[in-house]
Amino acid sequence: MPGTKTIEVTVNGQIHRAEVEPRLLLVHFLRDVLGLTGTHIGCDTSQCGVCTVLMNGQAVKSCTVLAVQADGAEITTVEGLAQSGQLHPVQEAFWEKHGLQCGFCTPGAMMLAIGILQENPRPTEEEIRHGLNGIICRCTGYQNIVRAVQHAAERMSG
Amino acid sequence: MAKVFGAAVKRREDPRLITGKGRFTDDIQLPGMLYAAILRSPHAHARIRKIDVEKARKLPGVVAVFTGADLEGKVGPIPTAWLPPGSDIKTPAHPALAKEKVRYVGDGVAMVVAENRYIARDALDLIEVDYEVLPAVTDAERAMQEGAPLLHDDVPSNVAFHWQAGNDPTPAFEEAEVVIRQRFRQQRLIPNAMETRAAVAQYNSGTGEMTLYMTSQNPHIHRVLLSGILGIPEHKLRIVAVDVGGGFGSKIACYPDEALVAFAARELGRPVKWSEDRSENFKATTHGRDGIIEAELAAKKDGTLLGLKIKLVANMGAYLSTAGPGVPTILFGLITPGCYTIPYVHVDVYGVLTNTTPVDAYRGAGRPEATYTIERLVDLLAMELGMDPVEVRKKNFIPADAFPYPTPTGLEYDSGNYLGTLEKALKILDYEGWRKKQEEFRKEGRYIGIGWSTYVEICGLGPSQVAGAVGFQGGLYESATVRFHPTGKVTVFTGTSPHGQGEETTFAQLVADRFGIPVEDVEVVHGDTDRIPMGWGTYGSRTTPVGGSAIAVAADRVLEKAKKIAAHMLEVAEEDVAFDAGIFQVKGMPDKQVTLQDVVLQAYLAWNLPPGMEPGLEAQAFYDPVNFTYPFGAHACVTEVDPETGDVKILRYVAVDDCGPIINPMIVEGQVHGGVVQGIGQALWEEAVYGENGQLLTGTFQDYAMPKARFFPMIETDHTVTPSPHNPLGVKGVGETGTIAATPAVVNAVVDALRPFGVRDLEMPLKPEKIWKILSGRKEA
Repeated sequence: MPGTKTIEVTVNGQIHRAEVEPRLLLVHFLRDVLGLTGTHIGCDTSQCGVCTVLMNGQAVKSCTVLAVQADGAEITTVEGLAQSGQLHPVQEAFWEKHGLQCGFCTPGAMMLAIGILQENPRPTEEEIRHGLNGIICRCTGYQNIVRAVQHAAERMSG
Repeated sequence: MAKVFGAAVKRREDPRLITGKGRFTDDIQLPGMLYAAILRSPHAHARIRKIDVEKARKLPGVVAVFTGADLEGKVGPIPTAWLPPGSDIKTPAHPALAKEKVRYVGDGVAMVVAENRYIARDALDLIEVDYEVLPAVTDAERAMQEGAPLLHDDVPSNVAFHWQAGNDPTPAFEEAEVVIRQRFRQQRLIPNAMETRAAVAQYNSGTGEMTLYMTSQNPHIHRVLLSGILGIPEHKLRIVAVDVGGGFGSKIACYPDEALVAFAARELGRPVKWSEDRSENFKATTHGRDGIIEAELAAKKDGTLLGLKIKLVANMGAYLSTAGPGVPTILFGLITPGCYTIPYVHVDVYGVLTNTTPVDAYRGAGRPEATYTIERLVDLLAMELGMDPVEVRKKNFIPADAFPYPTPTGLEYDSGNYLGTLEKALKILDYEGWRKKQEEFRKEGRYIGIGWSTYVEICGLGPSQVAGAVGFQGGLYESATVRFHPTGKVTVFTGTSPHGQGEETTFAQLVADRFGIPVEDVEVVHGDTDRIPMGWGTYGSRTTPVGGSAIAVAADRVLEKAKKIAAHMLEVAEEDVAFDAGIFQVKGMPDKQVTLQDVVLQAYLAWNLPPGMEPGLEAQAFYDPVNFTYPFGAHACVTEVDPETGDVKILRYVAVDDCGPIINPMIVEGQVHGGVVQGIGQALWEEAVYGENGQLLTGTFQDYAMPKARFFPMIETDHTVTPSPHNPLGVKGVGETGTIAATPAVVNAVVDALRPFGVRDLEMPLKPEKIWKILSGRKEA
C-alpha cells in the first residue's frame, strides 16, 4: 500500500507485524487492527487518560502516540495484565475497593495506577491524588480509586 | 448462609470490566462494517443555501454521503416525549439532518459513510456548505425579548412553553415580616460521560430485522421512538446496550445520529458504526441545567417560613429534547419547597429556545436546581435574621410524624426524618467545634466557612398514572422476569438499564436473599429489547425502587408456585409448609423437608406436579409504584478560601443520606462519592460558556474544568434508614443524592467563609478568578 509503513509491535508479549498509515493512532491500532478493545477512547485532546497503556513499561496515552512511533516497542494493555488467570494486584484492588462504576475509564485508570506505583511504591494519599491527575473519571468521585491504589500498594510492597 | 441483603458484596460486573472484556458499543466489530461521520454546523444560526457533496463522494473509500434531502420519507423528525400539561407547549420540528436552517453549533448537516473512520473524517472536510449566517441568541432572557432572533417560525418569542404550579402565595407575602429576594443563575453544564455516544447498526434485508447497538440508558424507549422515526416495526427492531460508559442523563434522549446510523445500514446493506469524538460530544450531546431563577422567600422574624415565589427562565437549547421540558417543570417545580413546611408556594417556568445545544436531564435533573434555590434562600434568611442556618432549618423541617406529607405543589412525600439525618451530620462534623475553629482561624486571617444542605428529592420515577398526568409520553412501571433453570440457577431480566450503578450485583443479592441461594447462582440481564419484554430504563434514581421492586414481586410469584410444588412433594397442605434459607419444611417437623433445588428440578421434570399445574418455574411482573420515593439527607461542607488567590479548598465533606434500606453499602457509598464530586464540580468549576456568536468556548477538557482527584479530601458518608412505606423493598434510590445536595452545601460554605467581606451571594461556578476579583475590590467589613 503506498504511503504505509510496516511496523512490528509487541503487545502483551505477542509480536504483531502490520502495515499502517503513518497517521494511525496507537489506540486505533490496538482497537481496530488488533481487536484489543479493552483500551478505550475518552477524548481527543490527551486530557482524560482513558486510553492509557504501558509502552516499554511507562504509562502513556495511546491517543497521543502514533502506531509508527510504537514500532519496536513493547506495549501492555489491560488484556495483558492478568497472568495465567491470576489478576494483577491493581485489578484485584479495583475490584475489592469498588474502584470502578461504569468501567469505561477503568483500564486507563489501572494502567496509570501501575505507573504511579512503579515510580513510588508507597505513595501517600496526596501523592496518589496528584498521580491520578492524568485520569478523568465521572462516576467514582475518585475516592475508591484512591483506596484501590492504596490497597494495591500495600499488597505489592507487602 | 450469610445474609446477602445489606452486605458489601463485590460487584459481579467487575471481572469483565477490569480485564478489558466489557462490551461497549464502540467495541463491536462486524464483518464488512463501514464507519460514519457527521458534518456539524460551525454556525449557531444560519440558513443553508446549498450543500455540495460531490468532492466528498469521489474520495476513494467513501461509500455514501447523505444530506437532509436524502432522508425524505425515510427518517422522520426527532420527537419530544415530555409535554407538561397546561403549558401551551410548542414542539418545533427537529429534522435528523438540517435542511433549511441550522440552529446551533453542532447541528447535523450531512453524513459520510466510508470504509474506515479516517476516510470518513477526511470526507467531511470536502463537503462544501454555503451558509447565510443569521444573528444568534444564546441567552434565554434575551431570546424572550422583542426583536430577538427567532429560531423557529412556529414558536413566537422563542417561548416553547409556560408552566405554573402551586397555590396563590399572596397571603404569605402579606403576612411576611421579612422577604428575601435573590436571583440565582444555574449555569449550563456538560454531562461528559467518559464514553461518548456511539452506535452500530446491522440490517437484514431478508428478514427486515434491524439490530442497533447503542449507548442508551433506556433501550425500550429508544426502540419505540426509533421505530416511529425509521418506520421499522417495533418487533423487527432490536436495541442492545450492554455496557454503557456512564450516562448521567445524556443517554436518555433520542438523538438524530443513532437514527441516521440505522438508516445508513438499511440503505447500504452493510453494518455501520459511528462514534462521537469528544469535541463532537461537547456540542452534539445534550447539556444540563441552564436557567435564571428569580426567587422570593417570605418569613417571620423568628425564622418561620411562610411562602415561596419562583420564576425560572429555562434555556432549552435549539430544539426540545426528548425529556427536556419535564426537567425545569415537573422535576424542578414540584420539589421547590424542599424539606420544609411552606404553606404557600408558586412556581412560574418559561422554557425558551436559543441557539445552543439542546438541554435535557443531567444527574439530578431539576432537583439540584430546586434544592440549590431553597437551600441558598434559607441561608440568606438566616444571614438576614442573624440566626444560625442550622436553627432555621430545624425550625421549618417537616416533622417526622407528619408523613405522608402533602406539599402545596401536589406531591405526597412518603416518609422522612429530616432532623435525624441533620443531627447525625452535626455530630459527625462536630459543628460546634468547627464554629469555634472558624472564629480562631479568622483571627489568624484564615477564612473558613461551614455550609449546609438539607434536601429531599423525588425518586423512583414513578407511578404511570402520574407520568400520564404530568405529560410524560410513557409509563414508568418496570418489568421483571425471574427464571429458574432446571439446575437451580436463576436468570433475572430487568427492564431497567444500569450503566455503572451496579444492579447486576444488587439485583442478584436481592434475588439470592429471597431464595436463599448463593449470589453467584443469579445472573442479571439488562439492555436488550429482544431478551427483556418491556422497560423504561435507568434514570431518576428509579432502578432499584421500581426495577428492584418488580424483581421482588416476580421472585415472590416464583416462590408461591415453588411452595405449591413443595407441599405436593411433601404430601401436606400448602399452609403447613414453611420456607427459609432455600429449604421447604413441614412446620414442626424439621426432618420432613425438600430443598428449593429439588423443587426446581421437579418443576421442570414435571413427573409429579400438583394436578392441573403447568411445568416450569418462572414469573414475570409489571410493577407500577403507587407513589414516587423521597430520599433525603443532610450534607455539610467546610471550605477554606484563600483571599490572596481566590482558591477554594474543601477541608471536610460529610454526607448523611437516607435512601431507605441499603442492599449493598459499598455501592451506595460509591454512588454518593460520585454524586458529591459532580455537585462540587458545578459549585466550583464546571461551566459551559457560549460566545456572543453562539460558539461553544468550552468545547474540550482543556477548557471545561472537570473535577480531578487532587481537588478533594476523603468524603465522609453515613446514613439513617427510613423505609419507603409503599414499595416491597422500602428502598428509595441514591443515584442522584450527591449531585442534588453538594452544590448548595459548597456555595453556602464559601459564602459563609466570606462573610467578613460582606459577601451575600456568589454566582456559580466559584472559580478563583471570580472570588479574587470580588475580594480585591472589597475590604474586610
